[in-house]
Amino acid sequence: MPTQPEHTTRPAAPPDAGTAALRISDLVKTFEGRGEPVHAVRGLSMAAHAGRITALLGANGAGKSTTLQCAQGLQQPTAGSVRLLGADPWRAAPDLRARVGVMLQDGGLPQAVRPGELLRHVSRLYADPVPAPELMDVLGIGSFAHTPVRRLSGGQKQRVALAAALVGRPEVLFLDEPSAGLDPRSRHLVFELVQRLRDRGTCIILTTHLMDDAARLADYVYILDRGTVAAQGTVAELVSAQRDAPLVMTVTLAPEHAAALRADPPWRTPRFHDIAWTVKDRTVTLTGPLDAGHVREITAWATRNETLPEALSVQPRSLEDVFLDVSGRDLP
Amino acid sequence: MTATNPTPETPGPTRPRRAAPLTRRVLAQARFETMTMVRNGEQLLLLVILPVLALVALTATDLLDGFRTAGASRADVAVPGILVLCVLSNAFSGQGIQTGFDRRYGVLRYLSTTPLGRAGLIAGKLLAILAVLAVQYLIVAVVALWLGWHPSAPAVLGSIPLLVLVALTFTGLGLLIAGTLRAEATLAVLNVVWVALAAGGGVIFPASSLPAWLSWLVSWLPSSAAGEALRACFLHGTVDAPALVVLAVWAVLSWAATLRWFKWV
Repeated sequence: MPTQPEHTTRPAAPPDAGTAALRISDLVKTFEGRGEPVHAVRGLSMAAHAGRITALLGANGAGKSTTLQCAQGLQQPTAGSVRLLGADPWRAAPDLRARVGVMLQDGGLPQAVRPGELLRHVSRLYADPVPAPELMDVLGIGSFAHTPVRRLSGGQKQRVALAAALVGRPEVLFLDEPSAGLDPRSRHLVFELVQRLRDRGTCIILTTHLMDDAARLADYVYILDRGTVAAQGTVAELVSAQRDAPLVMTVTLAPEHAAALRADPPWRTPRFHDIAWTVKDRTVTLTGPLDAGHVREITAWATRNETLPEALSVQPRSLEDVFLDVSGRDLP
Repeated sequence: MTATNPTPETPGPTRPRRAAPLTRRVLAQARFETMTMVRNGEQLLLLVILPVLALVALTATDLLDGFRTAGASRADVAVPGILVLCVLSNAFSGQGIQTGFDRRYGVLRYLSTTPLGRAGLIAGKLLAILAVLAVQYLIVAVVALWLGWHPSAPAVLGSIPLLVLVALTFTGLGLLIAGTLRAEATLAVLNVVWVALAAGGGVIFPASSLPAWLSWLVSWLPSSAAGEALRACFLHGTVDAPALVVLAVWAVLSWAATLRWFKWV
């Protein structure tokens, strides 16, 4: 059979197909071992693009780590295809790996080595690395550059691991739980850096279990559940696409009024029929198709009881609500 | 912490990223592994101090007098076994334990995502083992010469390819254990096997010193084959072909098993 140009034998590709830095199609990864085989990933498709932050969210065991490892060339897929910068990461040539930076969740750092030495060593693996002193300056590593890795705090190790991932000026950057163990200031620093890299055109793929991080950073989110994509979209799409775009109202009251509210709740009226509610300490949370009428009822109750709520807000559902909805459905 | 741009002059991701040349990557890794190894106190004990102490002890006592050939000093009989012990400490226990912990801490995973890659990592480790072996040989030689070692020049030259083969064999075995067991189990197994082979594996004392049935069994071990090959080289100026075959078979089997079962993750 004569060889045909590739594009004539393939089905019409989505418009963004050409620009995806990472494209995973129908990925399956099954671990055979003693006992039952473990189906870690069962038919997962996703894409990540240059100049965008793509987040993978999922509970433990949802398949995030296995998917990342297949994308990084650390695991060979059982079935399906992974294309990283147009190549198969499992058989990646050194020049392809030079274009990809990986920050592992547990750091991947040798324990006896000092951060300065480690970064200088890793920089020798690239033709055009970021000089180690520059990188240490940006990530604030200088003050502990001569301390063995095993004596560093979790957040310090995390910054060294990020620096190691950035040495080669990667076009694709994998970040596994990037803010784990970081204090608020380091977290801010890391987030700013990640956003700046995105703005310069780096394709960033991150996993996190912190919904706030994903909501703040991600341009596109995949929620994984039991080895497949349970939901995907931008954060705005995800929070508005669910169940007639329900809203969340939170009301925080003084302790004595919270007790009164619990004893005589205004949501026994038919208007609150479709509204789910929970009371925790002094805060009442109502979720559902809320409208001005509901707010009026709550403020009317407050007026009747001569109290002013300490806080009252109406918001769209958060990414966390969506996540729990999508990935926690069938949990026992 | 300053908030400067990490790559100020970079014109953006349009500039293609490339890996450093292969030799530079492997040499960098070899240097890094060597540095890590010789800086570790426990490793230094295993690599240099124990073999040198054993050498001194063997020349100060009559333990090996039964194996002396005509004109051979105690040091002459001891050195071949001590050199094999050096390889055991270096390629087998030393690099095995280091690799086991590197695997546990995800270092193998991280490095295999860099331009170094899996093959470059193994090549770097092998070169590091050979570099450390060269230093060990030098130290043992200096101490042994002082203790009455009289090697012939051809024997010294001939011992080099032999020791490289022994190092290859024991690197394969060490990596096999490091790549299949947990780090703590690797540590325990490699240390116990080191002691067992050093004491009764035909390394320092020829297998023929053991009871007949055990001697036959031990003579099939790579440790005994290595000891015999080095003793034939230094004491008789001959090539022990059967021992070389045993070593080569162990080398092939251990590397085949390592390539098949080594777990990077």
